[in-house]
Amino acid sequence: MIRFVRREAVPFWLSLAAPVGAGLAALLLTAVPLAISGAPIGRGFALLFEGSVGSVFALTETMARATPLIFTGLAAAVAFRAKLWNIGAEGQLYAGALAAVVVGTGAIAAPPFVLVPLVLLAGAAAGAGLLMGPVFFKSRFGADEVVTTLLMNFIVILFVQMMLEGPLKDPLSLGWPQSEPMVDEAVLPKLVDRMRVHAGLLVAIACAIASHVLLERTLWGFQIRAVGESAAAARYAGVPMGGTLLRVALLSGGFAGLAGACEVAGLKGYLTADLSPGYGYAGIVVAMLAGLSPLGVIPAALFVAGVFVGADTMSRSIGVSNYLADLVVAMSLLCVIVGGLFARYEVRFVRRGAQA
Amino acid sequence: MEALEILLQPSFWAAAIRIATPLIFGVLGALLCERAGVLNLGIEGIFVAGAMAGWLSVYLGLPLWGGVAVAALTGAAFGLLHAVLTVPLGLSQHVTGIGVTLLATSMSYFGYRVAFPNVTSPPRIEAFRPLDLGPLREIPFVGPILAQQTALTWLAFACVAVVGLVLARTQLGLAVRAVGDNPAAVESQGLSVTAIRMGAVVAGSALMAVGGAFLTMSAFNAFFFGMISGRGWVCIALTVFASWRPGKALVGALLFGAFDAYQLRLQTVSGGVVPSQIFLMLPYVFSIAALLVAARRADYPRALMQPYFKGQR
Repeated sequence: MIRFVRREAVPFWLSLAAPVGAGLAALLLTAVPLAISGAPIGRGFALLFEGSVGSVFALTETMARATPLIFTGLAAAVAFRAKLWNIGAEGQLYAGALAAVVVGTGAIAAPPFVLVPLVLLAGAAAGAGLLMGPVFFKSRFGADEVVTTLLMNFIVILFVQMMLEGPLKDPLSLGWPQSEPMVDEAVLPKLVDRMRVHAGLLVAIACAIASHVLLERTLWGFQIRAVGESAAAARYAGVPMGGTLLRVALLSGGFAGLAGACEVAGLKGYLTADLSPGYGYAGIVVAMLAGLSPLGVIPAALFVAGVFVGADTMSRSIGVSNYLADLVVAMSLLCVIVGGLFARYEVRFVRRGAQA
Repeated sequence: MEALEILLQPSFWAAAIRIATPLIFGVLGALLCERAGVLNLGIEGIFVAGAMAGWLSVYLGLPLWGGVAVAALTGAAFGLLHAVLTVPLGLSQHVTGIGVTLLATSMSYFGYRVAFPNVTSPPRIEAFRPLDLGPLREIPFVGPILAQQTALTWLAFACVAVVGLVLARTQLGLAVRAVGDNPAAVESQGLSVTAIRMGAVVAGSALMAVGGAFLTMSAFNAFFFGMISGRGWVCIALTVFASWRPGKALVGALLFGAFDAYQLRLQTVSGGVVPSQIFLMLPYVFSIAALLVAARRADYPRALMQPYFKGQR
């Protein structure tokens, strides 16, 4: 019979092996749906790599796509560290985008070094504000935040649609429900000429580094981790539960809000109701691939972004549906949690009846 | 006044029951999993997979009930995946559930695109028709309401009774409830906690998938992207509202159905003054409200979300 024995300490290489192995396994498993759809498998893989890392254009596209994923990945990683199950990053992303549009489409006239930070702050505040509802419901009514944050996602997207057909509608958009464009002073600068990757990536990386320092090097971070490890022990040790939860929620919602604000101010330039192809949910996968480590979120987001961008290229060239990307991402989530198990536990084969 | 007259129309109540049907299956499935101690957030994806698998099988030539069976089996397969990862392996039920939802959804969407690469309007099937009730149709008010329902709705009602009876009155039900409350006690009776939990999750997931199949095989006759739009999450909220009881699950689902049907009709009555999105938000707001009302007093299964390993004290 098989026994799982918990390792005393997980060696560093092994903690890396789980996500890398999971990513590779998910990519290999991609051959199955490719075969089912009747596509040439080798060419499919070649296109997947070409499209995501095969050229300067491909690389910048992957980085552009990774930007919101770093933010939503951080949103999930920070919250999950404290066992706050914020599954509402999708809604918080839209709230952040909405706030960015409200601030950045001409309501305020200011030079870029004032307006850009203002737009980002507004986005973060809106995302964080949105999460306050579920946190309040959790602490006041004991309502599970998983369900409330998930349901809020649908409410927020409907609200965004309502705003885009109503007060925020661009009168020049010929009936298309989209916001007015961001003013030039509110737009995040491009990092590479004529490519779509923008300064939002630097903000995202800075947030990841800051979260790492906060979690690993400060008292607040210690309290957050303590609440996640064992709420009872943390309470006994005198960690302020309400305050810690609130801080985690502000961070998590804020990051998700930044994802939306940066998409609007850096990539799209205006808001539509299809801004996010599920970045909020993909952020959960990013966080798990990263092992909930803020620094790990950066490579994990690049991987997931590469899958999305590569699948788009593949879809354009050989007509395989780009839902393949969602499939790979979902498989990598399941692979990484199983892989994590094998990293944390040692598998021993024991004869039935024998002492382990 | 018009707003109140809606409540007197049989067509309104017929719609309420129609909207409630998939939720009845979903809440029953969710409560079965949770009674055994396993939160199944795969529900949203299992709904999609059931809707897709049932509809596709009928499209490819299976009889309607064959489609329902395929949907149930598809749900059971995803349930087994969730069960293997969360019960013997003890992985986080939250994360695994989200993973199952992402996997089931993307597999269904990808499968749909493989089967129909270039369709613009979704292909249709011959869906379930309302069941002929014979003389019962003549009952005033109630007759016309019930006469509009299909066999799957009646199956949902039957499942409420069956799940209720099994949970409350049988050894098996007792064992399911016990593994969700006190798994160690079950093991001391010589029963396998792992097997009972996994069985409950598989059965519950099959029920969820039939709820999804109702949408493509009875409510509509085609599969659309995004057609589930949070119905699974609504079920998770309603499960708390129902305090994990099948009878109350039926009440909760019907309340939700009535509320949703009411907002759809109010939309027409209001004549476009209020933006349609306000009405579309109401069912989600209703679900959150239902959760808040119940959460305070909720008597969660005591071992919910706690993995159990053999020999553990």
